[in-house]
Amino acid sequence: MNNDWLRRKALESIYHAKSGHPGGVLSAIDIIEYLYNNEMDYDINDFDRIDRDRFVLSKGHSAAALYAVAAKVGIISSSRLNGLRKLNHELQAHTHRVSTPWAEASTGSLGQGFSFAIGEAYGLRMQNVSNRVYVMIGDGEMQEGEVWEGAMFASHNGLDNLCAIVDYNKLQSDDFNENIIKLEPLTAKWESFGWSVIEIDGHDGIEIKEAFDKAKKIKLKPTIIIAHTVKGKGVSYMENSPAWHGSLKLTDSELRSALSELGASEKEIEEAISG
Amino acid sequence: MAKQPVLLGRAGDSLRESFGKELTALSSEYENVVVLDADIAGGTGMHHFRKAFPDRFIQCGIAEQNMMAMSGGMAATGLIPIVTTFSVFMLRAIEQARLSVAYANMNVKIVASHPGLDVGPDGASAQCLEDIACYRSIPNMVVISPCDPTEMEQATKAILDYVGPVYMRTGRSNTKRILDESYNFEIGKGKILRDGSDVTIVACGVEVARSLEAAELLSSEGISARVVNMATIKPIDSELLVRCVKETGAIVTAEDHSVIGGLGGAVAESIAMHEPAPIEFIGTKDVFGESGEPDELAEKYELTAAFIVKAAKRCIKRKLA
Repeated sequence: MNNDWLRRKALESIYHAKSGHPGGVLSAIDIIEYLYNNEMDYDINDFDRIDRDRFVLSKGHSAAALYAVAAKVGIISSSRLNGLRKLNHELQAHTHRVSTPWAEASTGSLGQGFSFAIGEAYGLRMQNVSNRVYVMIGDGEMQEGEVWEGAMFASHNGLDNLCAIVDYNKLQSDDFNENIIKLEPLTAKWESFGWSVIEIDGHDGIEIKEAFDKAKKIKLKPTIIIAHTVKGKGVSYMENSPAWHGSLKLTDSELRSALSELGASEKEIEEAISG
Repeated sequence: MAKQPVLLGRAGDSLRESFGKELTALSSEYENVVVLDADIAGGTGMHHFRKAFPDRFIQCGIAEQNMMAMSGGMAATGLIPIVTTFSVFMLRAIEQARLSVAYANMNVKIVASHPGLDVGPDGASAQCLEDIACYRSIPNMVVISPCDPTEMEQATKAILDYVGPVYMRTGRSNTKRILDESYNFEIGKGKILRDGSDVTIVACGVEVARSLEAAELLSSEGISARVVNMATIKPIDSELLVRCVKETGAIVTAEDHSVIGGLGGAVAESIAMHEPAPIEFIGTKDVFGESGEPDELAEKYELTAAFIVKAAKRCIKRKLA
């Protein structure tokens, strides 16, 4: 899979916002792209219908990735992307249901989008709608107790229409997870909470596809895909560096270097800078 | 077989029970209503709903944060979730109420039992004296505290008809029925229950009955007190408050809640802006409660009719000064 265009658009929007979280955007973007382009059943023109799949970005600080994907699939116009985080603009720093209803939840407080998605999965099942709900959480997000409250609820109720994804880039705001509060053994934790667990490389298109195909076949349990990812994936100076969690401002030279590495031509780089 | 213990507070005319019964009665018609419970349905009145609609009763376990944020997701599928637990635990989940309910503007009804000193012997940890202040400050959130079973029944229907987030207080203790069927609850409207010209007592919840008692006591001393039932704390009925200030010139607020930020705060903000007048506050004075019977607590923490009478006299004196 080559999502260089998406990575460029997301970084460009963060550059123009003068703030944002590039590291987690780049680690999450391949999976979000797969969901909207290959996995989910939805109509880009109709988010009011009940019978559609849903995606909640619980790690809402990666909203720039979701917005870029939404532009690629035609939910929003790509001309809107550089309004990210700007006054009077619908693209809020963290997803907001009122200004971007297609983004499902209002996020920005970790743990809540996960619960919101569980509520959607439960609500759909109650109404005999067979569609699925996908929710992406961050690794640091699992330090929130609410996640484990929701994990127990979802498995107790056998929500097999729910599929969570951990963007496991091993880094959180200040440092590596293991230096903040250890998360491992993650697979054993989720299995002991009654979930079906699939571990993959979150940047490998084939592994992503196989994981979502497998998740759909698992009955009576929710599934979590633990996606090993690289924070800052695709931009060498950002990869695996806690400094690029953000929220931070990208300079001209940083953006130029990142776009160039992501295959942009000189002309495209100039256009990106001028917005 | 061992004798079953008697569950305290299950029977009777408490606000939580009247809410539970009315919600259950309405839910045949309101097919989208679902109840979320955190292992406390016996205490919130939701045991009635659980029995009638087991498939629409969602046991969330002792996990209020997940319950609150999940309710937003359920509303996103077209359901009308009723989130129920004690009011102190609504404080525990207030950040979820803020983001996943109010900010997202979801059609969720947060209905809190066990507010105030009315909780009684369970003590300070359960006596929530801060919920109105906290929930009132959240944008999009309507805040309601009915005063008796009649109003609770009407308010239950009103919040189901209203589209948007609501926080509503019920109550633990048995509550006298003070309103008859001619009463007409409306969200956002205060109601004059007794007219008067020297002072207006603006009350909500269990303090409405005590305010009516206070007005009777004042009357025997030749003081004419108006009593307003301000069941909707947000949005506050500023139009009625302005009228009361113009016609009586003095305001006393009364609530089973802290004097900081609750009904008293809402009334003070409104009249300071629109029609300033002397105001006195009946409520807990920035302190926690303790174990004891509700009437004993009301006496110790100065919420009874006798204290409302004193406050009314102080306020009238300030008006005349």
